[in-house]
Amino acid sequence: MSDVKNILLAGVGGQGILLASEVLSEVMMMAGMDVKKNEIHGMSQRGGSVVSHVRYGGKVYSSIIPEGDVDILFSFELLETCRYLPLLRENGRVVVNNLKIAPPSVALGKQVYPADLAKEISRKFPATTVVNGLDLALEAGNPKAVNTVLLGALSKILDIDHELWLKALHKMVPARLLDVNLKAFELGRNAG
Amino acid sequence: MEKVLLSGNEAIARGAYEAGVLVASAYPGTPSTEILENVTRYKEIDASWAPNEKVSLEVGIGASFGGARALVTMKHVGVNVAADPLFTLSYTGVRGGLVLVVADDPELHSSQNEQDSRNYAKFSKVPMFEPSDSQEALEFTRLAFDASEQFDTPMFLRSTTRISHSKSIVTLGERPAEIPRPGLVRNAEKLVMLPGNARKRHHVVEERLLQMEEWSCQQSFNRIEKGAGKVGVITAGVAYQYVKEVMPDADVLKIGLVHPLPKQLIRDFAANYETLYVVEELDPYIEEQVRAMGIRVIGKEKISICGELTPGRVRKALFGKESPAEDNSPELPPRPPNMCPGCPHRGVFMELNRAKAYVTGDIGCYTLGFLPPLSAMDTCVCMGASIGNATGICKVIPEEEQRKVVAVIGDSTFLHTGINGLMDMVYNKSASTVIILDNRITAMTGRQENPTSGYMLNQQETYRVDMEQLCRSVGVEHVKVIDPYNIALTRKTIREEMARPETSVIITTRPCMLVPRDNLDKRMPLYVDHDKCTGCKACLRLGCPAISWDEEQKKSNIDKIICVGCKVCQQTCGFSAFIEYGE
Repeated sequence: MSDVKNILLAGVGGQGILLASEVLSEVMMMAGMDVKKNEIHGMSQRGGSVVSHVRYGGKVYSSIIPEGDVDILFSFELLETCRYLPLLRENGRVVVNNLKIAPPSVALGKQVYPADLAKEISRKFPATTVVNGLDLALEAGNPKAVNTVLLGALSKILDIDHELWLKALHKMVPARLLDVNLKAFELGRNAG
Repeated sequence: MEKVLLSGNEAIARGAYEAGVLVASAYPGTPSTEILENVTRYKEIDASWAPNEKVSLEVGIGASFGGARALVTMKHVGVNVAADPLFTLSYTGVRGGLVLVVADDPELHSSQNEQDSRNYAKFSKVPMFEPSDSQEALEFTRLAFDASEQFDTPMFLRSTTRISHSKSIVTLGERPAEIPRPGLVRNAEKLVMLPGNARKRHHVVEERLLQMEEWSCQQSFNRIEKGAGKVGVITAGVAYQYVKEVMPDADVLKIGLVHPLPKQLIRDFAANYETLYVVEELDPYIEEQVRAMGIRVIGKEKISICGELTPGRVRKALFGKESPAEDNSPELPPRPPNMCPGCPHRGVFMELNRAKAYVTGDIGCYTLGFLPPLSAMDTCVCMGASIGNATGICKVIPEEEQRKVVAVIGDSTFLHTGINGLMDMVYNKSASTVIILDNRITAMTGRQENPTSGYMLNQQETYRVDMEQLCRSVGVEHVKVIDPYNIALTRKTIREEMARPETSVIITTRPCMLVPRDNLDKRMPLYVDHDKCTGCKACLRLGCPAISWDEEQKKSNIDKIICVGCKVCQQTCGFSAFIEYGE
């Protein structure tokens, strides 16, 4: 049995998913593991549905997570969470931002945004953490720090030294935004 | 040695640096774009964006003839544009090593077709390396430069989206301290491809491929990995990773140089197995050659030619085991990409839709004008095709329908290959309208500089092509330059020029909203005054991501966090409900 762990990040283009997966991959590399990460650039960044695969362990081959082997679905938006739930393992975990972003058909009034998604996700996967990312990011001082809040919440359920996360944030976040992001990370970690 | 996490594209850039490359040229194209952007980290390399892939390869060839190592990068369809110099470069060979990186896009994540570039290696007789991860991307780039000089041949390095855009751990090397100094050396018999010279060179090319095939059988980039010894698999590129994932016990022949194939190695490997698979993405490129050697294999009768492979798809194809897939049920509204809030293209497409234009489209962000609610694109074939397509269609349709045809093309695409179409349109007296959406940047691939930007890849200021003068100089008499944020003017101009029985060009001049240096004027976001909003939904025809419909109140809303204050929506509202903050 492979010791590789699989985290699928999902959300909407522009939410800072790629930076979050970058920090996550860096942390796993610092922890001494083999790491692969995979995402699609281009078309999908124009507000479209975005996923990023992060895999880590002793030896990782495919950078795409084998379908159905996702251990943690780490999601920035409720509807996008539901889109990728079928890829999650039985007893898989979900960390999800409590946020709705209307896709075009909803914004145009042609379809409705499905109701009660957070409840639905928690019903299907009891090990679900729902995070009020925007509230905590505002508390930290910048609405754009939602991705770091969510990373904090994710860090709570991963067995990785707290210091490594801080080291990675110091390395990858621009200096002028560091304080806000460190605060956002801790708020997320305590909420997770 | 230092270990870092690099994408395939970053690793190729690093490999070029470590190989002592002096010149790099490219035209941007997903998934290849970041290679050249990362080359700019290395100040020793002269890196530049060319107006198209043919020019970038010609620049690379010149640098090679001058004695320097040269890197040229492009996406798969870019090779179609660069094919003319490529096929003859194969005959001339090189002086400094030349590597052409081609990044294929299986699954068409951001492309108009999924052609398999390995066929180009065979067709042009240019050898091709294919890495399986970032470490190999770096190593094979270095190896390709060495092989290029050792065998006096250009080399291909083929990547795919999942190699270019995946990150994995890479051990870095060093750049050589001494790099040979380029200078002029005449060698006309080898470099002037007149028939008399080229005939001789063709023999050299064929001999070279035989030599490389023999050499390749002894090299460690083609390797056998022993498993349980029962089943054999021949594979290359990213497919290797899926084989290791899904068939951990199989014996694997991993091919690093996919052209020319190491035939003796394949023969020796194949002899050991009753069951032999070829697992490859897209075309049966390896499979057909292995079959031609008289070897029985299982390949494309099980594994689809269309789309990319994934671990689950390989598992299903070979063992019939179903894998789960993402939920595409109708209850979950889809989330396609969209033009950004404040995109200057949006109002143009709304007006084209209202004018019931037949739009021959082109490649760029504005191809998204196809999607509802803008729904104003009728054709899109390849870079620069919009103008020629408009000319051709107008040759055959009735006169009253000709007035409906409008070609729409961006600045970068126009300079790439659209300008030739415009010359033809004027020269041969076609009567269509061309709209050039000039936002001064190659936006779709992530905002790269081009000859309309006023800046080079290294951010140095430079000349700017004067689009209006350019169009006039090829003979277009009617050139209108408009601000596409002015909807009344946009509407009037489009309708007037569509009605005109001569070639006419409309140039829109708003810069891309995502380029800070071109957007220095302060704009405030807008809000909807719900006392004035009648719920008529006219603003929703723009499809702006900042505007949404409130089903309970039956009114429109604006998300002020993403609204950039372009005020195009304000001009669609008949009830003055769109108000600027601070007004």
